[in-house]
Amino acid sequence: MTTERKIRLTVNGKAYESLVPVRMTLVDFLRGELDLTGTHVGCEHGVCGACTILVDGSAMRSCLMLAVQADGANLMTVEGLAEGPELHPLQRAFQRNHALQCGFCTPGLLMTAYEFLRDTSSPTEEQVREGISGNICRCTGYAPIVQAILDVSQEAG
Amino acid sequence: MFAPEFDYHKASSVAEAIQLLGANDGAKLIAGGHSLIPLLKLRLARPTALIDIGDISDLKRIIINNETVSIGALATHWDIASSHDVKHACSMLAEVAGGIGDSQVRNRGTIGGNVVHADPASDWPTVLTALNARFVIQGPGGASRTAAPEDFFLGPLTTNLADNELLTAVEVPSFAANQRSEYAKIAHPASGYAVVGGAVVVTMDGERCTAASIAVGGLVPAPVRASSVERALIGQTLNVENIMAASNQVVNDLGSNIIGDFYASATYRRAMAAVEIRHALFHITGEAHVGSRAVSVIHGVQYVPVDREAIPVSDPGSIADPVSSTESVNTENQPRKRWWEFWRRS
Repeated sequence: MTTERKIRLTVNGKAYESLVPVRMTLVDFLRGELDLTGTHVGCEHGVCGACTILVDGSAMRSCLMLAVQADGANLMTVEGLAEGPELHPLQRAFQRNHALQCGFCTPGLLMTAYEFLRDTSSPTEEQVREGISGNICRCTGYAPIVQAILDVSQEAG
Repeated sequence: MFAPEFDYHKASSVAEAIQLLGANDGAKLIAGGHSLIPLLKLRLARPTALIDIGDISDLKRIIINNETVSIGALATHWDIASSHDVKHACSMLAEVAGGIGDSQVRNRGTIGGNVVHADPASDWPTVLTALNARFVIQGPGGASRTAAPEDFFLGPLTTNLADNELLTAVEVPSFAANQRSEYAKIAHPASGYAVVGGAVVVTMDGERCTAASIAVGGLVPAPVRASSVERALIGQTLNVENIMAASNQVVNDLGSNIIGDFYASATYRRAMAAVEIRHALFHITGEAHVGSRAVSVIHGVQYVPVDREAIPVSDPGSIADPVSSTESVNTENQPRKRWWEFWRRS
């Protein structure tokens, strides 16, 4: 039985090669094997969006992917947003607008918003709300989150 | 949450995937994994092996000719929603794809994975039934067959796909210029899944409906064609009275096995089947915009009903009577009056 398999992938521009159990999810691999604990594990069955990362540029839930399925992929996690001590404009907008309370949903929301803003110029509030509908904030702090995303879209646009 | 242990193989071609299916008893195919991985984690599925078909590029293609839109089983919902060619050839496919789940689900989930999972609350089975889709299936030795939706979807999480077969594509006839379509659903407020969904495709000759293909899902084990509604619409002008009368006929097509749960009872769902069909029809005729409170239920997470004041119904009894038409459903907690009052109030 092939219970382990070697994978090669790129995370935030850095190449990794690792032997992983085939049943290990991608988020567990990122957190447990690569020590990239910025990506959070919430519901673990594809509902809350806390584990959202970019896989080859598209926002996906890393709890619903096996690490072996990411073989050859180019990933970006929340750790890839900031450049050294310099926060990404999206992170600064979250900070400015108090768009996080407990912070658990924040990494997933940042990655979902990153993809959304890349693909949508000058979004309306309704588009933002639809865009982040796959991410749950249990503090229910949606108003400042939406405001932060609108804020940074105006800054960029 | 960890899945049970399984063997893992990566297939680089359809033939290899079918060969691996034959060689591994109890194996399952995995593509996007958005239906299968939750089942593995919950231990509802315990395949001995997973055969990863996610990298077979042949299965990602969307091919469009004059008569047919052929969507590869590995096309994601996003691929379908964002394709201008699909929008042009069969707008309903793109519209429905764009309303599935959320952006993360659309980026990863595939149409093939969705239909072979055959979740009764899923949008694709209902819509593809109304679109008269053909499921293209490949088996051992290159043998190929197609299945109609009525033959393909057998019940909850059950299709007629054999253990050693693979769904390669979903084919849908392209729309003619005089065809119109709409899918309306009561979306579950948390998951967005269809509590009741009605998919309507009509062929128009001016104001007159010359052909209709209608399916309902969410409330039945597998999507059903609303043949009685279709028959009642053909040859008719699509005005409010005809739509109301025809849509009420859907109770004749639902059978006795109606799904009910703590969110929506079987009685409620049965009553709403007609409402979703007419909601879709009113979107097609423009009637749903009267009163301006109707929103497209495909794109909204929130369900805002049609402005009932705009529709001349004086008698609640003209909506399908769910109590008298069935014996097996429990009506104790859902007196008919209550949902009618809800509609009047909203």
